[in-house]
Amino acid sequence: MSSNSYFVIVGTRDNPLYEAEFGPASRGDGGGHQKKDEHKHLNQFIVHAALDVVDDLMWGTNAMYLKVVDKFNEWFISAYVTASGTRFMLLHDAPNQDGIRNFFQDTHELYIKTLLNPFTETNATLTSPTLDTKIRALARKWL
Amino acid sequence: MLRQQQPPARQTGDDIWKTRVDKISAELFTLTYGSVVAQLLKDHENYAEVNKHLDKMGYNIGVKLIEDFLAKSGVHRCGDFRETADTIAKVGFKIFLNITPTVANFSADSKEFSLIIDDNPLAEFVELPEDAAGELWYSNILCGVLRGALEMVQMQVEVTFVSDVLRGDDVTELRVKLVKYLEEEVPAGED
Repeated sequence: MSSNSYFVIVGTRDNPLYEAEFGPASRGDGGGHQKKDEHKHLNQFIVHAALDVVDDLMWGTNAMYLKVVDKFNEWFISAYVTASGTRFMLLHDAPNQDGIRNFFQDTHELYIKTLLNPFTETNATLTSPTLDTKIRALARKWL
Repeated sequence: MLRQQQPPARQTGDDIWKTRVDKISAELFTLTYGSVVAQLLKDHENYAEVNKHLDKMGYNIGVKLIEDFLAKSGVHRCGDFRETADTIAKVGFKIFLNITPTVANFSADSKEFSLIIDDNPLAEFVELPEDAAGELWYSNILCGVLRGALEMVQMQVEVTFVSDVLRGDDVTELRVKLVKYLEEEVPAGED
């Protein structure tokens, strides 16, 4: 009964640059603590497995949004590839094409602005709290 | 045709910006300055050092920039420090950065003033790292530029940052203090 989503920005070396979980009102503490923990590990594995599929698909098309690339039990994985090879992966259970596409595009803009900051190193984790707040706001808006 | 009459400073600045200035991409400029600051941080590790270094770099730029400024703008010698402030804000900043800071907070003896910059092009998209936020003046190069340029026109000034939006303050403010007018020095050898 988890209608939440898990969002990762993956760098070119398959390293996660940013991770976030979005869910309905009861995020974090609440019922189903154990389930959340299990899912956390699983999420990373699922996304990692999907990366291979993304790598295949991205050379076949010049679109950035790759829609749903993989499926795992009841979870769908949507992907979005940027020009520099950074992949935005979203693990979700409700296919919501338009909202997800808009979410990816807005997050991409935020990502570009963060890159323009001279103090971010390439392929480093994105730790800025403002970025985190903004991505969560976008998630609430589009997902 | 004598150019005795000087049109209002703001108009001159605008005209010069539109006609006689070569332009480059704003992002290229911001990224270049950003990587200069980032590299200095890596080299020095001590924020006061970085501030000083930026000021020194700015000084070297200012010393040469003043020639370009005088050539492009053709402004006459300023009557008093207030005119200097006005010219810096309306013509100088306009020609080189395409911004017009506001002159404010003139001191009682007309020897100090503040420049309030909104929309600093050097600091677009910049977010200071946590520990730098207390000590680093990101755009400190501007202090050096003003100091160097004014020294070449016989004014010794001290320029410091008072507040910076990158640090969380409301406005970016520079304080310019006139220390003294430098006497024309006779070059050694002449009598």
